[in-house]
Amino acid sequence: MEILNLEGAEDTPKIILDKNNGIFEISGRSLPEDSAEFYRPILEWLGKYGASPNPKTSFVFKLEYFNTASSKLILDILSKLEDIPGMSVMWYYNEDDEDMQEAGEEFSELVEIPFEFKTY
Amino acid sequence: MYEGEFTQEITKSVLSMAERNMDSIGEESNIKRKVFNVMVECLQNIVKHYEENEAPSDRNHSAIFLIGKHQNEYIITSGNPINLDKVDMLKNKLDQINGLDKEGLKTLYKEIIKNNDLSEKGGAGLGFVDMARKSGQKLAYDFEKLNDTTAFFSLQTTISREPSEL
Repeated sequence: MEILNLEGAEDTPKIILDKNNGIFEISGRSLPEDSAEFYRPILEWLGKYGASPNPKTSFVFKLEYFNTASSKLILDILSKLEDIPGMSVMWYYNEDDEDMQEAGEEFSELVEIPFEFKTY
Repeated sequence: MYEGEFTQEITKSVLSMAERNMDSIGEESNIKRKVFNVMVECLQNIVKHYEENEAPSDRNHSAIFLIGKHQNEYIITSGNPINLDKVDMLKNKLDQINGLDKEGLKTLYKEIIKNNDLSEKGGAGLGFVDMARKSGQKLAYDFEKLNDTTAFFSLQTTISREPSEL
């Protein structure tokens, strides 16, 4: 499967989705002008991955900041992940960033996926 | 203070300026994040509104954005013209948000993001909910009638620099 690799920018996160190497990570800042447009290829990639996933997938979120428009798309991503067997989420937050910790907890309450929380 | 055209590029510039300023005075990272957060929602609200509701030739009612620092707080204010017929809807939304406590805001936030039928545009006030949550304070607002079809909507968020209130 093709690797999806997006360089991060000031207002968009860095994204690596690599089935063969088992790397699935979204990191950095997410405040794109049009979040639906920005996340569309990621959702499409996950749709294809869901058809023949690895036995286990650990999906890493290591976000420094996301805006409210992105939060809806993050939930869309999580909803896609929810349908993939063997899925787990690693939610990283800066150790003094309670808001990011809480955001992860809220997402974990909205989907049926095991979440692990880690600080960085 | 900024007045004039609002785009994503200008949003990014205003954000990085504010970040540099806060860095230069050694602002606490927690406060920095909250200020950044509220600024993004304010600025992107204006950009969205600006691009969707005003034809390029018709963009004469300028929007404004202000951020000010007092000794103990940051005050972030935005203002933009809106259609008069949106005033009641916005006012109801803001009053609803201001009537909620921390838990109530959390519940409302989750309800809104769960609902997939959101219009691409307003996000059903998700930005306002987030601003209220991050600031931990009520949102102050005002509507001033400009003419028969337009009102000027201003919104002010205060972020305390007192760690005890966090």
